[in-house]
Amino acid sequence: MEKRVTFSRWTIGILFAVPQLLLIFTFFYWPAGQAVYWSLTLQQPWGGGNIWVGLDNFRSILSNADYWNSISASLIFAGISTGLAMFIALVLAALTDRQLAGSRLYRVVLIWPYGIAAPALAMAFRFILAPEAGFMAVVNQVWPGFWDPGLDGTDAMASIIVAFSWKYVGYNFIFFLAAFQAIPRSLIEAAAMDGSGVIRRFWDIQFPLITPTIFFLLVINITESFQDSFGIVDIMTSGGPANATNLMVYKIYSDGFKGLDYSGAAAQSIILMLLIVVLTIFQFRFIERRVHYR
Amino acid sequence: MVERTPFLNFFTHVILFVGFVFCIAPFVVVIIAASHNLKDVNDVPMSLLPGNDFWLNIKTAWTTADLGPKLLNSFIMAAGVAAGKVIISALTAFSIVYFRYPGRTFIFWLIFVTLMLPLEVRIVPTYAVVANVLSPYQTILDITGLTWLIEKVSGVQVSLSLGLLNSYTGLILPLIATATGTFLYRQFFLTVPDELTEAARMDGAGPLRFFIDILLPLSRNNMAALGTIMFLWAWNQYLWPLLITTDQSHATAVTELKQLIPNVGGIPEWNIAMAGTLIVMLPPLIVVVAMQRWFVRGLIATEK
Amino acid sequence: MASITIRDVTKSYAKMQVVHGVDLDIATGEFVVILGPSGCGKSTLLRMIAGLEDISGGTIAIDGTVVNKLEPRERGCAMVFQNYALYPHMSVAQNIGYSLKVSGVPAAERTQRIQAVARTLELEHLLDRKPMALSGGQRQRVAMGRAMIREPKVFLFDEPLSNLDAKLRVQMRSEIRKLHRRLAATSVFVTHDQVEAMTLADKLVVMNGGRVEQVGTPAEVYSRPASRFVATFVGAPAMNMLEGTVTLDGLSLLGDSRKLNVSRTGLPVGSKVAVGIRPEAVRLVAPGTPAALEATVDLVEELGAGRVVYVDLDGAPFSVVTSETVHPVPGSAVGLQFAETDLHFFSSETGARLDVFKASVPEPVF
Repeated sequence: MEKRVTFSRWTIGILFAVPQLLLIFTFFYWPAGQAVYWSLTLQQPWGGGNIWVGLDNFRSILSNADYWNSISASLIFAGISTGLAMFIALVLAALTDRQLAGSRLYRVVLIWPYGIAAPALAMAFRFILAPEAGFMAVVNQVWPGFWDPGLDGTDAMASIIVAFSWKYVGYNFIFFLAAFQAIPRSLIEAAAMDGSGVIRRFWDIQFPLITPTIFFLLVINITESFQDSFGIVDIMTSGGPANATNLMVYKIYSDGFKGLDYSGAAAQSIILMLLIVVLTIFQFRFIERRVHYR
Repeated sequence: MVERTPFLNFFTHVILFVGFVFCIAPFVVVIIAASHNLKDVNDVPMSLLPGNDFWLNIKTAWTTADLGPKLLNSFIMAAGVAAGKVIISALTAFSIVYFRYPGRTFIFWLIFVTLMLPLEVRIVPTYAVVANVLSPYQTILDITGLTWLIEKVSGVQVSLSLGLLNSYTGLILPLIATATGTFLYRQFFLTVPDELTEAARMDGAGPLRFFIDILLPLSRNNMAALGTIMFLWAWNQYLWPLLITTDQSHATAVTELKQLIPNVGGIPEWNIAMAGTLIVMLPPLIVVVAMQRWFVRGLIATEK
Repeated sequence: MASITIRDVTKSYAKMQVVHGVDLDIATGEFVVILGPSGCGKSTLLRMIAGLEDISGGTIAIDGTVVNKLEPRERGCAMVFQNYALYPHMSVAQNIGYSLKVSGVPAAERTQRIQAVARTLELEHLLDRKPMALSGGQRQRVAMGRAMIREPKVFLFDEPLSNLDAKLRVQMRSEIRKLHRRLAATSVFVTHDQVEAMTLADKLVVMNGGRVEQVGTPAEVYSRPASRFVATFVGAPAMNMLEGTVTLDGLSLLGDSRKLNVSRTGLPVGSKVAVGIRPEAVRLVAPGTPAALEATVDLVEELGAGRVVYVDLDGAPFSVVTSETVHPVPGSAVGLQFAETDLHFFSSETGARLDVFKASVPEPVF
């Protein structure tokens, strides 16, 4: 889409874009280029610059079991938390959209969790899911040793999944509800006149019409599970126990800043970047299709 | 619509109520735990009746984690980032919508691609840049031989250096560039009728006047929505402030939360931890509740 | 006050030429209406005068100064837009006074001039309102006020009445006319509505396909349309057009099915012509009347004061406006009678008006 009317003095116009261009050059493109450079070189321990090592850094992280463990943990985390957050949100949004008494209240309250900082809600869940206090402790009283995210990797993974899903149910809910409400009322009424009941209408009309939103949220949730999980992991598990929750971003952070392995961290960044690029392209293909849909 | 679906309605209410409880429960637990004393909070099961130590715990958390200055830091950072994003994305969108110049599409794509470069993946080199924000430019001067040339001509050794670690600028500046904000404005500007631009031109207004007098006032809703979202987003940032505020004086409330996690084997002061959590989660929650309309609108608009 | 001189002005976009060499002189204080169907280039021409579109070729001069390269604000024109283009976030007073603010007129003087304009347009009680809270007619007036306050050399109107309902349109029309009489400012008014054009114009410019078809007073354009296009475009119901051939003793119409005896037209025998006759110039007579054309009544539209009778002339549609007390019944036969002098001749090839009967003294022959 283009404007028909524009201003003629484009030299002034270009100046308006300069601040943003400076920022993205300094803080996006330069660092990204730097990451590529680091990932292909190795810093010499006694200083004296970087030496070119080609793809050695990639070879070394890809042959490292810890890295593969981090990838599989990230995928498990992304898969389960995305599925959980989206399914629950879809059900709640579909039901809220029925506009029965009280639906206004749900609309207000269900989006609160998304406003909370990941570390803050992680803290709350760390307490709620603590093995010795809080609520899982009750379960532990009945079956001693049943639950301990501090020692059991699966429990730790479950904890961060719960915390992340709780936040993103609110997020997905907003989008699903908006999608449901964007469906013209007359479509629903026409289906009702055709003799279709509430549940039938959901599957035949509403669900097909919101599939674009589902795809869109799927991508956003997965991308966010890579990014927004950092605070949750750092507060709840610090990547433990035994690297069970050492998700990709957390590993980049700890390798880069704790292990000071810039080259390894950079190589991991590049891989994660590629992953996000693929997801983003995927998402925009679907967005394009969504536009056609309407 | 007249519809008799008593069973379905019943289940709708039940499921929504359960969802409501799950949504609200963590908030309730945090508040109740924050009101207990050390013994009660560690009771299994913890009593769901509030205790009496609420204000005491809040006060302890406040002083232990030094939350006063930290909240102020958080506020400065969030407000700075939100204002910066709102302004800079309006400027950029104005440039790419209202002017035709060579490379306009290229600029659009440069901004678009930043969507694929989230902070998390370029965290280490971004940190390095912020340590000396002029280093990219120094490197460019070095590589192009300009440093050498300048030294030859003037005898001055060019050495650009400006460290932004532990400063508000360092907290805020790298987070300001925004593709989503720019696209939001672009979408909006495209819906502004061309006749308004023409009327302004007939009235004698140039581009800058038009931008300030007409376009910005018309964008108020967009600004509110974008500002709300970006304020929350910035307030909730964790990784970035954690990295660049090695010094306590610029740490934010969210990063300070870590100080309150009870050590393994230490005193399990969950009541204090929850009081601190409550303090940190309250400001964004207030923003969400007070600005709900803008929040929802901004969220949906920025993600499209 | 200013005159406008337009010389061989053209406008092309990447692929299309939309205005083809327009020449036009607008005198100081004149009210010129540019009339034409949508897409005829009339708005483009107006916008070129305003400086909102670049001029591809030719020159436009205001008061003798070529303005091709001047920005809108430097040309001394004010414009009223089709959808008014009021700034939605500004009050009526701010909208009217914005151009003064831009040019740095002090606040006190600004207020005074806004008051004066508001008084003229009877907007005084609305000055603090936002455009959202105004009716269509009030918005229209604010748009006028915004143009008036600058005391411009030239007023430009881009179909400003097309968004109003019929009643308001008539009212605003006469207000614009009165305003022009008072201010006597040079005005260019673009419209596709011929009633608006006829009632407002000192000088009417009819455009089609990027070209000027005719320039003249409304009466001239109506009574002596310069082309077939103008003939059918101006006047409602539209002028009836019958294809015909010039014969020795007159005309043969509609593929020789009808003969019409007319005086010597001066046209070569055998030339193809289009013969036009306004519906108002036709009289309905009893079928069988000598020299009248016979037709079958299709449909009668009652207008109160009169009626439009649509008849079928060997398959060709033909309309008649009559105020007589005849009440033709659909399906019945009628006779059509008209004066030779009411006939308009156009070339079938070029559509240009053909001058006929030059020497002859007009006299009814039927």
